[in-house]
Amino acid sequence: MKVGELLLEVRGLTKQFGSLVANNSIDLEVCPGEIHALLGENGAGKSTLVKMLYGSLQPGAGKIFWRGQEQIVRDPYAARELGIGMVFQHFSLFESMTVAENIALALKDISSLEALADTIEETSWAYGLPLNPLSIVADLSVGERQRVEILRCLLQDPALIIMDEPTAVLTPQESELLFETLRKLAAEGRSILYISHRLAEVTNLCDTATILRGGKVVEHCDPRKETAATLASLMVGSSIGEIKHAPDTTLGLKKLHLDQLCLAADGPFSMPLVDIDLDVHAGEIVAIAGIAGNGQSELFDAISGERLTDLEQIKICGSECGTDDVTSRRLKGAAFVPEERLGHGAVPDLSLSENVILTRQGADKAFHSGLFLNRTTAMDTATRISADYDVRKGQPDPVASSLSGGNLQKFVVGREIDRQPEVLVVSQPTWGVDAGAAVLIRQSLIDLSRNGTAVLIISQDLDEIFEIADRVTVINKGGLSRQVDIGSIDREGIGLLMGGIQDQHLKKEDARV
Amino acid sequence: MPVFELEKRQSPSKMMALYSPALAISLTLVTTGILFLILGIAPLEALFLFFVSPLLESWTLQQVAVKASPLILIGVGLSVCYRSNNWNIGAEGQFAIGAIVGSILPILLPDWQNAAVLPLMFIMGAIGGGLFGLVPAWLKNRFGANEILTSLMLTYVALLFLDWIVRGPWRDPDGFNFPVSREFSEAALLPQMIEYGSLHAGVLVSLVVVGCFFVLFRYSLKGFEIKVLGTAPRAGSFAGFSKKRMVYFSFAVSGSLAGLAGIIEIAGPIEQLIPTISPGYGFTAIIVAFLGRLNPVGILFAGILLAVTYIGGEAAQTNLEVSDKTAKAIQGILLFYVLACDTLIRYRLRFVKRKV
Repeated sequence: MKVGELLLEVRGLTKQFGSLVANNSIDLEVCPGEIHALLGENGAGKSTLVKMLYGSLQPGAGKIFWRGQEQIVRDPYAARELGIGMVFQHFSLFESMTVAENIALALKDISSLEALADTIEETSWAYGLPLNPLSIVADLSVGERQRVEILRCLLQDPALIIMDEPTAVLTPQESELLFETLRKLAAEGRSILYISHRLAEVTNLCDTATILRGGKVVEHCDPRKETAATLASLMVGSSIGEIKHAPDTTLGLKKLHLDQLCLAADGPFSMPLVDIDLDVHAGEIVAIAGIAGNGQSELFDAISGERLTDLEQIKICGSECGTDDVTSRRLKGAAFVPEERLGHGAVPDLSLSENVILTRQGADKAFHSGLFLNRTTAMDTATRISADYDVRKGQPDPVASSLSGGNLQKFVVGREIDRQPEVLVVSQPTWGVDAGAAVLIRQSLIDLSRNGTAVLIISQDLDEIFEIADRVTVINKGGLSRQVDIGSIDREGIGLLMGGIQDQHLKKEDARV
Repeated sequence: MPVFELEKRQSPSKMMALYSPALAISLTLVTTGILFLILGIAPLEALFLFFVSPLLESWTLQQVAVKASPLILIGVGLSVCYRSNNWNIGAEGQFAIGAIVGSILPILLPDWQNAAVLPLMFIMGAIGGGLFGLVPAWLKNRFGANEILTSLMLTYVALLFLDWIVRGPWRDPDGFNFPVSREFSEAALLPQMIEYGSLHAGVLVSLVVVGCFFVLFRYSLKGFEIKVLGTAPRAGSFAGFSKKRMVYFSFAVSGSLAGLAGIIEIAGPIEQLIPTISPGYGFTAIIVAFLGRLNPVGILFAGILLAVTYIGGEAAQTNLEVSDKTAKAIQGILLFYVLACDTLIRYRLRFVKRKV
């Protein structure tokens, strides 16, 4: 391929943060009209690279060529001038404004809001992203919000669109629609730099792939010739261990019981919970699938006791506790791992041993004598957890924020399993965690359940759910679908439930019977 | 063009946490020196007068201890608030209310004189200051009112109330109409520790409080709760701690200590209630708390340093004929540098060469 044909060429791009080399001499080539995957584990340097291309970070060394010309991308504004657009993983929309108003904010020359609304409507249909320009963003689903982000990017007529994990918040069906749009864009000659964790979709969608590991490019390859497994081992650098999942034979006692649980919304953007019924028995893992923002965090808070319900709506190990606080629920044998590691599950500035005290002091008198802390016990416990769950750390007792995401998650999950709880509720057990840590965490959850603990996981990751859950249910708009055995449903079935299409799913179930 | 940028450290630097107050003090000395230079005053001589001369003689040293004592008491109380992320700016008012409530016995029952009077005055002063501190706490918990504003505004309520009560109902009947209360009896006054000196026994209270809170912060479950709720409130409620109870607790503690400082000031150096009882201790204690890293031992030293600027300011006023605002300016410069240097605990400065 001749150099002149390249849209974007990156040579030796390097960025250093302190002692950490986030990007080490990265080379990358993107041709017009190609969908180029950028793969790598968390911390491999994908975001750093993309931020330098989009001008929000400046490279320490190396060159960026755009259509054959060397360019310094000073800021995102300069990037958009060149024709580089970006769709972020976290949406930056004003919830109380309409679609058209949100898009107008990003554009330079607008004649009138009406004309813009027409353009939006036209473009949105042309690319298979149907949207009503006059809808208020707060009323839109996550998938629709993403369409707004993509449209906003498209209306700036970019030649290269950078997409950061666009399917993380989509159902399988919505993802399929997005892929159609992306193929259409590529056919027009636009290039797409596609960041994703989901390897199966990369092998289907992308034309080329660049794989990063530890800040370096380890491979440029053609994903259509690879499998998800070979891509994964390239990303991780070794083959990943497999999870052993003994079939769950007998169901134990009912340990966690939610009975018509309702919870009013506590803010304009919070999801109310409606009539949630759920049982988790000793020895099984039940998964709650669903797209983020459908009531998962509210449900977690209600079960953990951070928000209170009516007394009889929640039973832990047989005793009603809907009005009890977190500590008395822990005393009844429950343990919780929230989604947010830093700031919720752990205090960033406290050491690991102090973070052991954090969730264990209420239910375990070994950690304090009423008035004074027992730091020796805490330190011993932290050391034990670190050894049992392979928590890698530089110092004996570092502050929580200095650990990598995977190591901290292993610690936080390990801290709760270490209590030998009767009931364990984990929200997003392996969110943003490297593959090795994910395997260890999933295996520990399975082992815990087989030893007689009732485990409830709330997860957005369907692969994870199929890997470890015995039964699955879907949360949608604050309500739960029917609970189904994991063997009797496929990704598509769960996808339909995620989109709130209960009836079709039921028909399918009926057809099977 | 070489520029420098702030780069986040992986973890807060322990070394910098020790050095940053020293750096702030050095920068303050340099800046004040330059200011004196501009005023046409020999900077070294002025700095000597401000910061060293108060430490050279017994009577000024006693003055420093007497001035440092309320600053330390209030500062330790404020550190409970600031550690738990509650912003009590109204210690000056709680100080005044503590002084008023603590003075009830010697003013209304002047003939009741025995060994119980002084301890009772302390307890009543602490309770008065604590209850007055609970007002902004209640407003915050009940209505979500910003405690910075309410506690500050209540300060003026307290100061005007003090002014009114001393000029009105509590004015000394034998005082020739001067706006002062009756003089306290011997039983209601703190004993002097040095004959003919100004050092009184209230200074010891400050030292005891410093010791207690050092232990509380470092070793106790309550101290742990304060820190957790202050740095990560969500994790705090996940641990089973109550944020609202902490608002009450921190305001009650800091209000009580400010109130205690208030009545000690009255029963010690002032000896009667007068319309103005504080040269801004409640506000200066904010600087003390931060300069001392919200650590009781740090606050002890910071309180002494700020007391030195008060005494040095008085010396400078007479010897250099500068305004009494000079001490305030130095205190302000010091707070500015303390907060600025704190950035270096979490960030490091890095010089980078950037192409233009």
